[in-house]
Amino acid sequence: MKDITRRDFLKLLGAGTVATAATMTGCQNGGDLTPTGTIQPQKGQMTYRKNPKTGDKVSLLGFGMMRLPVIESEAPKGASGREAKSAPIDQEMVNKMVDKAIEYGVNYFDTSPVYCQGRSEKATGIALSRHKRDSYYLATKMSNFAPGTWPREESIKMFHNSLKELQTDYIDYMLLHSVGGGKDGMEMLRQRYYDNGILDFLLEQREKGVIRNLGFSYHGDVKVFDYLLSRHDEYKWDFVQIEMNYLDWHFAHEIEEENTRADYLYNELDKRKIPAVIMEPLLGGRLANVPDHIVREMKKREPERSVASWAFRFCGTFPNVLTSLSGMTYMDHLDDNLATHCPLKPLTAEELNFLEDIAKKIYDLKNIPCTACQYCMPCPFGLDIPGIFSHYNKCIKEGNFAKSQDESDYKKMRRAFLIGYDRSVPKLRQADHCTHCGECVHHCPQRINIPETMQMVNDYVEKLKQGTL
Amino acid sequence: MHKKTLQRIRRVLAAIFFLGITLMFLDFSGTLHKFLGWMAKAQFLPAVLALNFVVIAILLIITLLFGRIYCSVICPLGVFQDGVAHVHNWKKKNRYTFSKAHNILRYTMLGVFVVTLVAGLNSIAALLAPYSAYGRIVQSLFAPVWQWINNGLASLSEHFNSYAFYSKEVWMRSLPTLIIAAVTLVVIVILSWRNGRTYCNNICPVGTFLSFFSRFSWFKMHINEEKCIQCGLCTKNCKASCIDGQNGFVDYSRCVTCGNCMAVCPKEAIEYKHFKGNPTPVGANNHSPVPDDKQLDTETVDTGKRAFLIGSAVALGTAAFAQEKKKVDGGLAAIKDKVIPERTVPIVPAGAGSLQRFRTHCTGCQLCVSQCPNDVLRPSTDLMHLMQPVMSYERGWCRPECTACSDVCPTGAILKLLKEEKAVTKKGQAYWVSQNCIVTANGIPCGNCARHCPAMAIEMVPKRGDETGKLLIPSINESKCVGCGACEYVCPARPLSAIVVNGVEQQRTI
Repeated sequence: MKDITRRDFLKLLGAGTVATAATMTGCQNGGDLTPTGTIQPQKGQMTYRKNPKTGDKVSLLGFGMMRLPVIESEAPKGASGREAKSAPIDQEMVNKMVDKAIEYGVNYFDTSPVYCQGRSEKATGIALSRHKRDSYYLATKMSNFAPGTWPREESIKMFHNSLKELQTDYIDYMLLHSVGGGKDGMEMLRQRYYDNGILDFLLEQREKGVIRNLGFSYHGDVKVFDYLLSRHDEYKWDFVQIEMNYLDWHFAHEIEEENTRADYLYNELDKRKIPAVIMEPLLGGRLANVPDHIVREMKKREPERSVASWAFRFCGTFPNVLTSLSGMTYMDHLDDNLATHCPLKPLTAEELNFLEDIAKKIYDLKNIPCTACQYCMPCPFGLDIPGIFSHYNKCIKEGNFAKSQDESDYKKMRRAFLIGYDRSVPKLRQADHCTHCGECVHHCPQRINIPETMQMVNDYVEKLKQGTL
Repeated sequence: MHKKTLQRIRRVLAAIFFLGITLMFLDFSGTLHKFLGWMAKAQFLPAVLALNFVVIAILLIITLLFGRIYCSVICPLGVFQDGVAHVHNWKKKNRYTFSKAHNILRYTMLGVFVVTLVAGLNSIAALLAPYSAYGRIVQSLFAPVWQWINNGLASLSEHFNSYAFYSKEVWMRSLPTLIIAAVTLVVIVILSWRNGRTYCNNICPVGTFLSFFSRFSWFKMHINEEKCIQCGLCTKNCKASCIDGQNGFVDYSRCVTCGNCMAVCPKEAIEYKHFKGNPTPVGANNHSPVPDDKQLDTETVDTGKRAFLIGSAVALGTAAFAQEKKKVDGGLAAIKDKVIPERTVPIVPAGAGSLQRFRTHCTGCQLCVSQCPNDVLRPSTDLMHLMQPVMSYERGWCRPECTACSDVCPTGAILKLLKEEKAVTKKGQAYWVSQNCIVTANGIPCGNCARHCPAMAIEMVPKRGDETGKLLIPSINESKCVGCGACEYVCPARPLSAIVVNGVEQQRTI
């Protein structure tokens, strides 16, 4: 599934190049066009934001270490799509990407003990230890997905392990990981960070200087967000990590009822002058992977910029954003993001209106709001949850989503949906095998009701197969 | 008529039939049978089993008119042998000799065939039958190659974001059938490589049966003694070993009207025409001494017979070991392969009527197996019904909108059904296995069987003694269950499902 995203992403880039080439022929003066026809990043031109407490100059582009490249050729035999993600991490490529990022001024690297099936911190440590420790800021988290790690000793062990894996003796930005999740967000917060005294432990570590900045990352139950901010005077949050992008800005709540609009989250932080670190600026690549008519609209305005650049420029336009994290898997992701951020060209008011329009159009597509973060995985019954959702969204995006048999392209769309389904998800990992056990539901930061959505996907598949759409 | 005309017409027609039938077996997309299905229905034995009197009558009339052209045009196994023999011809020409008919052997084979068929031992009869033997060879041995090539094209088309090809999982449906097909192929290739139509004139029950008619056929090969110079080229090129050129004798019971003798005759002394004259007595003793390799011929046949028997024996021995292996998985939870549950009554395709009826009509040609898009059908490994299709739901279930098997069956073993009829045909009965169910065994709520039952035959009811009231177990309404296996397929219990379908002796509409 990731592959498809990449391919489409490349296709978009390719389409961009073609469009630009056409512009070049028409425009003799060339302007500031580079020989390849697309905007190139300029060294030394990275846009930085200042951390008001420490004075850190943080690059507006942060490197998310959640979607690191793997050696696909070493994937288990017969593995397809998401299964290939269990292949070994391509450390050489990680090193190369990190080197280039640093060369162009990226200095914020965000990882966690659970990313990439628990292998991200180590890979990050290896790549970064090759650079001077004061040339970058490290962010990692106190994770909370497995209740087995909740006891105090286990949590402290996790923290020390992070230091070890990252080959350092201090963490620049430490987060309580994904608060607001769980069946009952407040209850989970209490059990995970209060009852075991771990919040106090982290505050102590900040006193000692082992943690330079303390914050939390938030998804889900807004009560938890409000509660933690209400105690800001006590905890003095140095930063807070929120999900923000032009789709969630107004539509987060409409897309999934339990979610909170990003404009609310951002404004609450802005009021208190707490810097915002942005996650999911691209919604797991979904905002780089939009239907053709939206691509056209974007390219008409900015033929030399990628589709993804709009999403980053949106986040970067807000002054209280410290950095936007991008989980970059391929060098071309990095190149594109560097071009967007070196330097960042903020959006005008008119462009913001344009994106609001685009957001409305994307919302109307009724995609499943999955960002492929994999927090729900592994499903105990073996389903490839993100794979299934991504296929569904891909078909909507590519116009292969029939609404009725009477549509003129019905046969073509049906074929594409069904063949593509078997291609991206092995039969035994498809939606019909969901038992509705609900194990995944509370892990989803997007608050998707996964079992119901699975049923919805399967009902659609059945209608296609039985010819009853 | 040009001396090669008959040979050419025969080759073109044979190629059409041969490719058509082969492609029909290979095509898994369900498109070709609409155009080619009649070719399977035109086969002799399937027509007999289907009691298709029109086809039988046409075939017999054709034979009475033209001789055994059925064997050299319509029968795919016959054409296949011609192909093998033809390849050998490139290396060694003029290599055949005349031999006497081996009447004891061929009538015994025909007798065994008829007796086993009447006795309902179709799996033994099917070993001898030409069309189903060829079907098994294609489905078991050629289809995997075809599918691998297809899968290569599928990944190529995936690469180019096209949906022209989709991949098809290649899996072994039954080891005994695979072995039988392989042994049959080896035997047929050896026999035809060495002596052309040995199988057709000694083992094939259809060939022997048609020989009773062909010897009276209106058109026959006739050696014009005035023109004949007794060069013996016709004898040396007769795949059926039925021409004794020296004595101007042709055994019409074995002649398959291939026209090769006409084509090679330097004096155009052989004519395909109607002539008066007594049909030669079968195995007439009054003719020239049998060439010296008669011994060899018989021996070959014996080898063939032996190979058949050995093949079956091997098949028996290995059936018990036909188990699936566990695969390695990546970052996803491992999924154990399902194991075929014990079914006291096998499930057979909708349209089979009763088990008894089905078994006496099926020749085990594997056409339905090759066409099943849901990977449900596979040849039985049960000795008494070896190679006849049975259903199982480890890889898919018998979907309501699909009638592929009933569309293609040439013998009428699976009667033609409409979608609507198929959806309400009861071919099995689901039952619940409490100790496997994750609700009872692990206390995890599920209900996947009920959620996917297309017949709405399953409801979830509270489990007795569960105080929480959250644990629901399936309640199966027998009067609604059609035995499609959706419940068994989607059941999360592995390797054995907690809801299992058993066949029914008599299918019926619910």
